[in-house]
Amino acid sequence: MTPIESAERALRRSAVWILVGLLLLAGVYVRALVFTPAEVTQGLAQKIFYIHAPSAWVAFLAFGIVGIASVVYLFLKDPRLDLFAASSAEVGMVFTTEVLITGPIWGKTIWGTWWTWDARLTLTLFLWFVMLAYLILRSAVHDPAQRARYSAVLGILGALLVPFIHVSVYLFRTLHPLPVVLKPGRPTLPGAMLVTLVGSFLVFTGFFAALLSYRYAMARLADARALAAAERDDA
Amino acid sequence: MGDFLRAAWAIAAKDVLLEFRSRTAFVSALVFTALVLAIFNFARDPTAVSAMDLAPGILWITFTFAAMLGLNRAFALERENRALDGLLLSPASRTAIYLGKVVANLVFVGSVEAIALPLFALFFNVPVLPVLGPLVLVIALATLGFVAVGTLMSSMAVNTRLAELMLPVLLLPFLVPPVTSAVQITSRLFAGRPFSEVTAWLRLLVAYDIIFVAACVIFFESTIEE
Repeated sequence: MTPIESAERALRRSAVWILVGLLLLAGVYVRALVFTPAEVTQGLAQKIFYIHAPSAWVAFLAFGIVGIASVVYLFLKDPRLDLFAASSAEVGMVFTTEVLITGPIWGKTIWGTWWTWDARLTLTLFLWFVMLAYLILRSAVHDPAQRARYSAVLGILGALLVPFIHVSVYLFRTLHPLPVVLKPGRPTLPGAMLVTLVGSFLVFTGFFAALLSYRYAMARLADARALAAAERDDA
Repeated sequence: MGDFLRAAWAIAAKDVLLEFRSRTAFVSALVFTALVLAIFNFARDPTAVSAMDLAPGILWITFTFAAMLGLNRAFALERENRALDGLLLSPASRTAIYLGKVVANLVFVGSVEAIALPLFALFFNVPVLPVLGPLVLVIALATLGFVAVGTLMSSMAVNTRLAELMLPVLLLPFLVPPVTSAVQITSRLFAGRPFSEVTAWLRLLVAYDIIFVAACVIFFESTIEE
């Protein structure tokens, strides 16, 4: 099997996973809207929680993957790791944007304002800026090896930066609700809501993995085709 | 170690001498600083907002923007006549090149700051002298942090399609922790608040310097590998 064929197969396989992910996502919405009790004070507005929080988790997961793949890239110099980091950044950008869109919608109803310089909100905004810088940098460097090294360095420094921004913005005050699941002691979220939330986290993570593998297969395919074209020109 | 420091020193001395003789970037950074400080005066309503409320933020925005002018220059210089290739062929290690560039940039940014600070005190009527010691320390810590990161970013930025325009996009997110800490500490210094109110910010600033200076020293090599 040629590299082009194997990349095409990976692409088709990922497309199937994306479809499965979309179906599960529909399931999460149905479960969240119909089979999960409404929150006492926030009412229906709280339903956006089941999209907002998992998206935020995926956004940070995606950026963590960029950081790790970047470190490993600098050691192994395997171009596939660079493509993987880039794919993760691109898909992560979509989820980060989703957090920044769903957040203000929720905030307007509950906090009474679209935007506020709250700690976690500011952190997500800067995560978005760092990812954007990463993608702009990639688009502005022509040579693939140089692009890979540059973006790996920026990916690592960006991953180091996120905890620092977290501390800086935390030293300001935060409006966000305190953690209701991951904290010492038992979760305070009621059982039915917890099940929906955990299900939603799993589905979002799976959907992210499907999108990531699809994007990665696309990058591999583009590479394989460019290589084949170059070989044809040589012949 | 001796060779390493000598090489770093030679590169720093070369850049500083070049700037001292031409003075192009330095003069433009100074004029820029003076203009920004003057223009900021019109960005507030003097009857409603006291100068003291805005002063720390103005000081740091001026410093970072002026620094950006100098940082862009550090590697743009080496692109002319492919001078960077000559540097790379010399026995100086990559880390020595980076260190030399950082020192030269620190001299550049430090000089601009040294002239901008009295001007700032004059324009905004801020009592800088009583807190001069701690203020200089904060300026030194924050400047070290963002010059270290900025030098690394500018070595990448000059080789991109966007050249000088790339640096702010890459660098500004990285300025959030040091500049936020510096602004917070500066405003508390001017207000005469007790030291205990700034310890958390000071710790953040020092931690940022340690982590990012180390990371930039380690990863600079990867940005200029041929």
